[in-house]
Amino acid sequence: MSETTTPPAPPSPSSATSAPAGPGLLRGLDWRQYAIYIGFVVIFVLFAIFLGSDGFLSGTNLLNIFRQTAIISIMAVAMTFVIAAAQIDLSIGSVAGLSSVVAALAITASGSALFGVLAGLGVGLVIGVINGGLVTFLGMPSFLVTLAMLGIAFGLAQLITASAPVPILNDTFNAIFGGGNIGPIPGLLIWTIIAVALGAVVLAKTRYGRQVLATGGNRVAAEYTGVNTKRITFTVMLVSALVASVAGMLYAGRLESGRYQWGTGDELSVIAAVILGGTSLFGGAGSVIGALFGSLLIGLINNGLILAGLDNSQQQIIRGLIIIVAVALARKK
Amino acid sequence: MTGTAVEMRGIHKGFGGPPVLRGVDFTLRAGEVHALAGGNGAGKSTLMKILQGVHRPDAGVIKVGGREVSFSTTKDAEAAGVGMVFQEFSLVPTLSVARNIFLNHEPRRFGLIDDKAMVRRAGEILAGMGVDLDPKAEVQKLPTGYWQLTEIAKALALNATVLIMDEPTASLTKTESEALFALIERLKANGVSIVYISHRMEEIYRICDRITILRDGGVIFTEALADLTPEQIVEAIVGRRMEHALEWQERDAAPEPGAAPLLQVRNLTAANGVTDMSFSLRAGEILGLAGLMGSGRTELMRLLFGIDRPVSGEILLRGVPAGIDNPRAAINKGIALVPEDRRLQGLVLDHSVRENLLLPLLGGLTNRGVVNDKRGDGLAAGLIERLDIKLSSPKRPVRLLSGGNQQKVVIAKWLGREPNVLLLDEPTAGVDIGTKTEIIARIRELADAGMAVIVISSELAELLALSDRVLVLRRGTVTADLDRRDIAGEESLQLAIQGV
Repeated sequence: MSETTTPPAPPSPSSATSAPAGPGLLRGLDWRQYAIYIGFVVIFVLFAIFLGSDGFLSGTNLLNIFRQTAIISIMAVAMTFVIAAAQIDLSIGSVAGLSSVVAALAITASGSALFGVLAGLGVGLVIGVINGGLVTFLGMPSFLVTLAMLGIAFGLAQLITASAPVPILNDTFNAIFGGGNIGPIPGLLIWTIIAVALGAVVLAKTRYGRQVLATGGNRVAAEYTGVNTKRITFTVMLVSALVASVAGMLYAGRLESGRYQWGTGDELSVIAAVILGGTSLFGGAGSVIGALFGSLLIGLINNGLILAGLDNSQQQIIRGLIIIVAVALARKK
Repeated sequence: MTGTAVEMRGIHKGFGGPPVLRGVDFTLRAGEVHALAGGNGAGKSTLMKILQGVHRPDAGVIKVGGREVSFSTTKDAEAAGVGMVFQEFSLVPTLSVARNIFLNHEPRRFGLIDDKAMVRRAGEILAGMGVDLDPKAEVQKLPTGYWQLTEIAKALALNATVLIMDEPTASLTKTESEALFALIERLKANGVSIVYISHRMEEIYRICDRITILRDGGVIFTEALADLTPEQIVEAIVGRRMEHALEWQERDAAPEPGAAPLLQVRNLTAANGVTDMSFSLRAGEILGLAGLMGSGRTELMRLLFGIDRPVSGEILLRGVPAGIDNPRAAINKGIALVPEDRRLQGLVLDHSVRENLLLPLLGGLTNRGVVNDKRGDGLAAGLIERLDIKLSSPKRPVRLLSGGNQQKVVIAKWLGREPNVLLLDEPTAGVDIGTKTEIIARIRELADAGMAVIVISSELAELLALSDRVLVLRRGTVTADLDRRDIAGEESLQLAIQGV
């Protein structure tokens, strides 16, 4: 690239215009952009070598990793949009919990899976409208709005169930949401693939996706260029809550019950997955596929550490360290 | 009290490109108010930043109070008694006046901040300034005039004997300015020396003793104001630059005076300061807006682009109320804005040139919801070629481009939408002379092709080179609507702006 560098000649209109990019810098850019995939492969290979004899490479174990991370991956797709638009949603874990119990109660009351699904989605719709409305129209920071909503949704879920689990006896619901398999493929994997494919196309290939990135990159410039930044902010918050309500029903279907604890703490895993995947915490850049791999990496680490016989406290420490290292490597210079 | 407060001799400074200061001599006498004037890029702020310790000179000697000094940081300058009253306020709005005055220099007792002593000493300083202000008041609840006074008190708390004031009245009302002038008189009587940077001639004559005029990094002269006429000052600031591109050419395509107006503004008034403005604009015409900062130039553009809303009056497009409620509506009506600050308002800096160029065009590139990237590439390449944007790849972030090429991206992104009205707010600020020439030529071409253009420029040479007509704005209203043919030159326009 050094031949593009022009000497600082007298003010001719064709003088050097872009910062010269040395080959080192370019390689550095690529390396950081793909840090998550490289990290994923490195850790996978390490585990394969050291834990191969503990069954790490068995088909069941690998499918298990997918199954265990599926719900995090699905929520991470929506969170990628939220963070790319320079917002945050801390309420998703509690929204999932609330949706699981509302769906379970609705099914118990009506006996209809459809009614349960609508009730669960209704939770996401209402909370999404509230979150999005407060952030967009009252200008409240999404961090505070969704932090408050985290508590409200969690408390509500606990209140309406008197803290007791609500069993779901509807086989249709349990089969669609998480429990069943299609041939050898777990249903949750199908859900993940649909969510990731849809999210990846929308973010990278549609006008809406580009406008989300522009809004997160520079809200004022986007607004002055004709982007309806309020609509963008509102919709990313709304979709995040809706997806969280679907995630809650996936928990409910898989575990055949609604319970206020489902999803507790998921927001942190989801945000970690999104950031690991290369989405900028300051907005303006995001990758849905990256978020999927971020989520899988977290699942991989959890799985490997369990197979290695580490107890929960050790797992937590090592997981934290790996996240710090990964984000440090992927950060933009 | 006589003597020299500051002496700067043979100051040179460059930032890689052409030198910004070329052997500047500047002497500030003790107890004088000394105006520092010059156009954009003349070197005023660089010279003052050297005196504040922000930049180090490449060569030259600085003496403060007779002692040679070498400042590496603003703290060094403060210690030597040089204080700065910032143009952009450097206060913490949520803290009290007293806390702001002693920010980072809080009086302490047993290691903890001594609030009582702080309030008492702040009260003493304010009383010494003759200002009636409660030291415990929270800054954000005070009118902006008091912010300025707090800034000055902050400098005085550090025992500043030299104060640099950069456009101190830019955001003040008339009464607040009067209070400031009274304070300056008082400080002067106490032996404080003041460097006063301002473009407002009436203020300079009113409060300053001497003036130094800089142009292109050199001193034109330092004289007592009593010996100078405003015309002499303006001429010295403007100079006799002969830049071919900056010569006005009567355009063939300039519209006939009788042609029907494309845009009409009637009695427009808004909370942002625009007061009862009326004018009209024809297709193919370039209208220049002349005025000082805060005269309502940028504010008018914000109204025309739907960023701010008018309180009363109307904006008509082709004789019909335009209904511009937000920027999207303005864009849909064929209005485009190249905003004042391209980095904050015009570009998503981390995104590629291509993404920035295509952002306003995505609607037309979408097929069943999916953006056609092939067509987008072609479109972006066309725009890059049309404005001759120099880059290594359209996929690299726009922040890596030079200022001039960034500005071309902001202009180019609108051309794909073929607007009828193009609003340009300081389109060549911070742009090198080569690119500036190109941008001016492009603007002329666009007007020749029938676009109506409104342009703001603080550089009068540029404004005069471009405009078919010039509106002179003062304090939010139109004070003159001049045909370019009737303007003799920069000096007469400068005088019209000053209202002399």
